[in-house]
Amino acid sequence: MSAGVELDQITVRFGEFTAVDNATLDIKGGEFFSFLGPSGCGKTTILRTVSGFLEPSDGTVRIGGQDMRGIGPNKRPTALIFQNLALFPLMSVSENITYGLRVRGMGKAERRKKADELLELIALPGQGDKLVSELSGGQKQRVAIARALAVQPQVLLLDEPLSALDLKLRQHMRNELRAIQQLVGITFIYITHDQGEALTMSDRIAVMSDGVIQQVADGKSVYDDPKTAFVASFVGENNAFAGTVTRADGDYAVVETAFGPLRGRNSHGLRPGGRAILFIRPESARLAAGAPDATFSSKVKNVAFEGNMSHVFLEGIGKKDVTVTVSRQDGAAIPGQDEVAAISYDPNLGLVLPEGKMARE
Amino acid sequence: MSSRAFVFIIPIIVIAIFWAMAKFEYRNNNDPTRKGYFERNGKVLGIAFIALVAFWTLFLVGLPYLYMVVESFHPQLPPIKRGGPDDILTIAQYQSFLLSKHTDSINWLHISSLGFTIFVSIVVTALNFCICYPLAYYMAQTGATQKVRLLMLCLIVPYWVNEILRAFSLRLLLASKGLINQILMWVGFTDVPIDFLGNNTGLYVGLSYAYLLVMMFPLYNAIESLDKNQIEAARDLGAPWWRIHKDVVIPYAKPGIASGCTMVFMLSAGSLAAPQFLGGPRMLWFTAIIYDFFFQNFNWARGAAYSFILLAVCIALVMLLLRLFKVSLGETIR
Repeated sequence: MSAGVELDQITVRFGEFTAVDNATLDIKGGEFFSFLGPSGCGKTTILRTVSGFLEPSDGTVRIGGQDMRGIGPNKRPTALIFQNLALFPLMSVSENITYGLRVRGMGKAERRKKADELLELIALPGQGDKLVSELSGGQKQRVAIARALAVQPQVLLLDEPLSALDLKLRQHMRNELRAIQQLVGITFIYITHDQGEALTMSDRIAVMSDGVIQQVADGKSVYDDPKTAFVASFVGENNAFAGTVTRADGDYAVVETAFGPLRGRNSHGLRPGGRAILFIRPESARLAAGAPDATFSSKVKNVAFEGNMSHVFLEGIGKKDVTVTVSRQDGAAIPGQDEVAAISYDPNLGLVLPEGKMARE
Repeated sequence: MSSRAFVFIIPIIVIAIFWAMAKFEYRNNNDPTRKGYFERNGKVLGIAFIALVAFWTLFLVGLPYLYMVVESFHPQLPPIKRGGPDDILTIAQYQSFLLSKHTDSINWLHISSLGFTIFVSIVVTALNFCICYPLAYYMAQTGATQKVRLLMLCLIVPYWVNEILRAFSLRLLLASKGLINQILMWVGFTDVPIDFLGNNTGLYVGLSYAYLLVMMFPLYNAIESLDKNQIEAARDLGAPWWRIHKDVVIPYAKPGIASGCTMVFMLSAGSLAAPQFLGGPRMLWFTAIIYDFFFQNFNWARGAAYSFILLAVCIALVMLLLRLFKVSLGETIR
């Protein structure tokens, strides 16, 4: 059984510091939901609030429609997977997995059976008598998942559980986690600072910064249609051009940037005179001249060849380069170093957003 | 050769055996790049180090104990007769603990004193554990840094005062006309003063207080290194607080607990000052008997024998408990 999680105007303060500021969110039952943000953005605080280790300073957490106020973490229908897994080192693998059942007073024989079932699920059959220290990183990961699933939670909370693994294993575990979620069908709430993890696994993503939820959407929308400058700069690569809106007509706006007037989609309906940032993704830009208010030029600093594509770095404003990604299929000529190249883009793919905090590089 | 002279020969034989073993090992694993001890330290320093360590272990640790062991197997004799025909090896001193010398009846006085000493020491150990475990857990896991520092200071500062002064001040507090009785009578809890010293309350309080830190620090160290997430994981899986302690914290801290308990028990069983100042008039502490043999009766032989009986009983009990709780001796000194 799976339950939805509702955050109703949650605020969490630690003394003067506000870790989460007025977060309202409705996570549906059976959803794979991710909180994405840099460290210190408040995503772990939200997780601890849902699991019951923290009481919100304001607002209500509801799980399956039920108000969780005053209900401790041991009484909530949630299970948490810790960043460092927190397996019990003095217990065997099956003792770890069935600890939650033992606490609930399940008999030994029944526990044994349950442990075998779960070991089967995580593809570690017959390894129940091993010590946790005898397992590899990926195996420990799976034991932690089994331990959490054993208590049949309605919501599984995962706090960056893959961050300790190496790249290869991490990518493998993404698929595995997603598969397990589909199999058991319960709500997964996943915390990560790795956008790749969030984009590949999640049904929906909440991007957070400084305790504020910036945007809640599915991965594609977060990437293609970011709502704030932070989301645009944090998720994926993006070229940012700050300036003042000079003209706004229909769906488009022209921003007077250091590279001259440039046009982009005005999804926020900005008026002339407002400060704005135009975002152009490296893969949306071309190294060729185009429409006059969607073309500018700059000097090539260097080119990074990556096989199927090349990244061309051109002089930008300040220290930040302008990046253009040229796909091999385009067959476009790649300019040499120090050449001045024209850069153009489809104004539909240029996005004008109100000026705001950007993600740190 | 008298048995006492023999004492001095044993260490020399032991040292010779160890030296031979080292030589043997050196010859078997000959590593040409390895520098010899004297090559590393130079001749003068090398000899000085060895001499100092040898002096310390031999004269300040080894020989006094060995001498006492041998002494305990001798009869009590005036100095003039020592080494004479009456100076024979005997287990009479050990026997005298079990059977009274003259009446040949069982020596209940001393046996019960030993039993009482061991019993009180066990109670004090348990009491200290009960006091220190919650405190140590609070300080190591839940307390805010500022509060923990203050608490630590409050725990340590009283130990700057010396043991005798501390024992006497407790005596003042617990006496019939002491502060505690006056308060109890003023509150109306009791009409006549409670005899805290006579009923041995003072003894328990004094001993517990004396060795509180000895329990505190091993516990604190053990619990402090426990990952907080382990506790939260257990809680998240549905464990009530007592189960978290039973299943996660205590098994993890077991070596520290064993180490603290062993030390408190040993120190308490061998303590002298607190029982003397705070014990009731009817109780007889075992070390007080030993003290009297040495300094009142000048019967070193019997005092030594009693000391070793106490030591043997304590060690046996500690080993038994370690065994029972499945802790290895090595773990307790980690």
